[in-house]
Amino acid sequence: MTQTSAPVLAPLEFARWIWRQLTSMRTALILLFLLAIAAVPGSVIPQERVDPLAVTRYRQTHPSLSQWYDRLGMFHVYSSIWFGAVYVLLMLSLLGCFIPRTRVYLTALRARPPKAPRNLVRLQASAQFESSTAAEQVADRAAAELRRKRFRVDSYVDGEGRHVVTAEKGYLREAGNLIFHVSVLVVLVGVAYGALYGYKGAVLVVDGQGFSNTLSQYDEFTPGGRFNADDLPPFSLHVDDFHVSFQPDGPQVGAPREFDADLTYTAEPGDTPKTYDLQVNHPLQIDGTSVYLVGHGYAPDITVRDGDGNVAFSGPVPFLPQDASFTSYGVIKAPDAEPGQLAFEGYFLPTLQFDKTRGPISVFPDALNPALVLLAYHGDLGLDAGLPQSVYELNRSGLKRFTRADGQPFRMQLQPGQSITLPNDAGSITFKGVDRFVKLQISRSPAKLVPLAGVLAAIAGLIASLFIRPRRAWVRATDADGRTVIEVAGLDRRMGGDLQAEVDALAAALHDVHEEKESV
Amino acid sequence: MSAEQFAHLSNLAIYSATVVYALALLVHIAEWASAFEVHHHEVADVLVPVGSSSARSGISVVTPGESSRRPGEPRSDRTDTFGQIAMSLTVLAFGIHLVGVISRGLAADRVPWGNMYEFSTTGALAVTGAFLALSWRYQLSWLGLLVTAFTTTVLGVAVLALYVPAGPLVPALHSYWLVIHVAAAAIAGGAYTVGAMASVLYLVKSRWSGGYLDRLPSKEDIDRLAYRVHAFAFPTWTFAVLCGAIWAEYAWGRYWGWDPKEVWALITWVVYAAYLHARATAGWQGKAAAYIALVGFGTFLFNFIGINLWGSGLHSYAGV
Repeated sequence: MTQTSAPVLAPLEFARWIWRQLTSMRTALILLFLLAIAAVPGSVIPQERVDPLAVTRYRQTHPSLSQWYDRLGMFHVYSSIWFGAVYVLLMLSLLGCFIPRTRVYLTALRARPPKAPRNLVRLQASAQFESSTAAEQVADRAAAELRRKRFRVDSYVDGEGRHVVTAEKGYLREAGNLIFHVSVLVVLVGVAYGALYGYKGAVLVVDGQGFSNTLSQYDEFTPGGRFNADDLPPFSLHVDDFHVSFQPDGPQVGAPREFDADLTYTAEPGDTPKTYDLQVNHPLQIDGTSVYLVGHGYAPDITVRDGDGNVAFSGPVPFLPQDASFTSYGVIKAPDAEPGQLAFEGYFLPTLQFDKTRGPISVFPDALNPALVLLAYHGDLGLDAGLPQSVYELNRSGLKRFTRADGQPFRMQLQPGQSITLPNDAGSITFKGVDRFVKLQISRSPAKLVPLAGVLAAIAGLIASLFIRPRRAWVRATDADGRTVIEVAGLDRRMGGDLQAEVDALAAALHDVHEEKESV
Repeated sequence: MSAEQFAHLSNLAIYSATVVYALALLVHIAEWASAFEVHHHEVADVLVPVGSSSARSGISVVTPGESSRRPGEPRSDRTDTFGQIAMSLTVLAFGIHLVGVISRGLAADRVPWGNMYEFSTTGALAVTGAFLALSWRYQLSWLGLLVTAFTTTVLGVAVLALYVPAGPLVPALHSYWLVIHVAAAAIAGGAYTVGAMASVLYLVKSRWSGGYLDRLPSKEDIDRLAYRVHAFAFPTWTFAVLCGAIWAEYAWGRYWGWDPKEVWALITWVVYAAYLHARATAGWQGKAAAYIALVGFGTFLFNFIGINLWGSGLHSYAGV
């Protein structure tokens, strides 16, 4: 493109100008900084994809700020348009750098080492001496020596009849550089593919119960953009036994020590069941899907009878742990109770202790002195409205709290085996015992070997591009009145090692030719 | 020896190492101060710019102060003596520190990097180790002041604020990836620290001169050292992040989940990638690149300290 004074660039030229700007190193640098800065808010503000509960809490405490955050996509930074824009631009910049450099590199691979500059002694490192050996022999010896040092070597006689050896090594540096950059692209494509076609779900399974891999059984499910529910592999599993132990004493008292779940699973209906010991850091792999043990908690076994004396609800109810002592919150719903629906809400305390100011609390995560502290409700659970409702939350709008004669809420505290009758013979609740549940995360990220291979190639490329030193060497032997003047020079633009020492070593090797000749 | 005895030995060794590092730091300060005396009284006839003797050589052949040292020059000798004493003290402190870290591991019967106290003591060990290993190859005692200041601070904070008694790990950390992932991160972190120190001295030397500064290697040599250390640290850091991702895939079912620790590891990676690019870009070499390296080190420190203290995210088990 010629530099003209035309005020308006033709569209093609404008596009070229944009492309050149975008693919310049300076732009790449600025985009890298932008990417670093753009990544920061997502580590400070809670993210929908990382911790949806924290986002809900944040919205409640900062309602007006949350509106702005919503407009800016601050609750899902890493899938927001502006974050995407930065990395797409960075990818374009990378491609724009990568393609021409690959072309240049392929040409350089086929080219011969560059001709010797006019003035060798003025290069970075050089040596000059005289010898009685003929110029041609010196050149041959130099070429052999440089080949031994794995240089690519070329020899010629220049216009003034001088014998010149020119050599170059370290071509793999640029190859490493190119491999690194293309690997970064491979990693990003692999990650994007895995995110689009994969899924992540979670389910709570009570010890002694089972799970089969269908969408309706999940408590949480986050599919990728291109995920199809029919792709869920048809496995099922059963939690046979779950063990957990906690640090009983010392400064880390109450810290979990180990937990694991004995599973029986069938990969496909009709297959022979197999067993597996599921632990943290030790997932179960079925058909490209992985099952992880990510948490656990308590599921008190409860029976609710209605005013007519019939069983309105019976079974273990998972209570979600709220703190390190496993104080757990939960809701029991008995929609089948007659004459009115019944509901209970409250806490499960694995090791109950009565605190003077805080009331009943849990002081240890293991079930040493378990108790339920509940409030009871009657009325309409709101389940018929057709709106989906979480099993861990109570819609209190149609419900009324049971009260004592003095008007205070009817508060119940139960230990295993105990039953309490509700006021006015509205029914009763029995705390039969304590079961545990495990939280399983079930996920699939297809093609995860692609980013793995990409990162490994990137590291290999990096090492090559950072530690291989490309060097050039020249030897020029000039006949001068029966003597030979030998110039040796080297060039290393990376300034990495001790170039002068290498040039001196080469000069010494050529000295030896001279020395040997003398002694014969 | 029993676990309690090892734990006791570890505490004793870490306390002692902190004290010996502090002594080494004091002697380094004396070393720098004594060079300033030389500067005040005898600068005119003693000091020759160091760079002039090393224009075409690498770091390996540069001996700081060589050009300024003359036989029978008492003050200059004193500076050297201080330097040697400080270096010996650092080697001693490193030995005690190593005993402290190893016995901590024996006390807990696992690798000694399961909580922030242990990360700090092991990280400081990695920094001193990197410094001593590099000093063995190159003449690096001029970095001693910054290294001992850093190690003394880190160990002091670890002992005073972060200490937890030795104990077993939480289940999330039961994995051999803990060994690989944290070891790689600690080595990279040690190298980033040394690189940041070299970058600081480069910037100081670009701005000021005189006193001990004239005994440092040339600006160019310091810059080259900084580059080499970062060139080693960056692939190691990439490897550490990769191991973290593989471990995350095993433990949590996803190799990348935008957890704050992961985000900041990526930010550190991106900033150091920018540093390496800056060094190859006209107009960004030298001071600009050195500042980028310091920003990178800042993000690394923030990831280690800030994210752990906030306690959000999945790495919070690391414990304060």
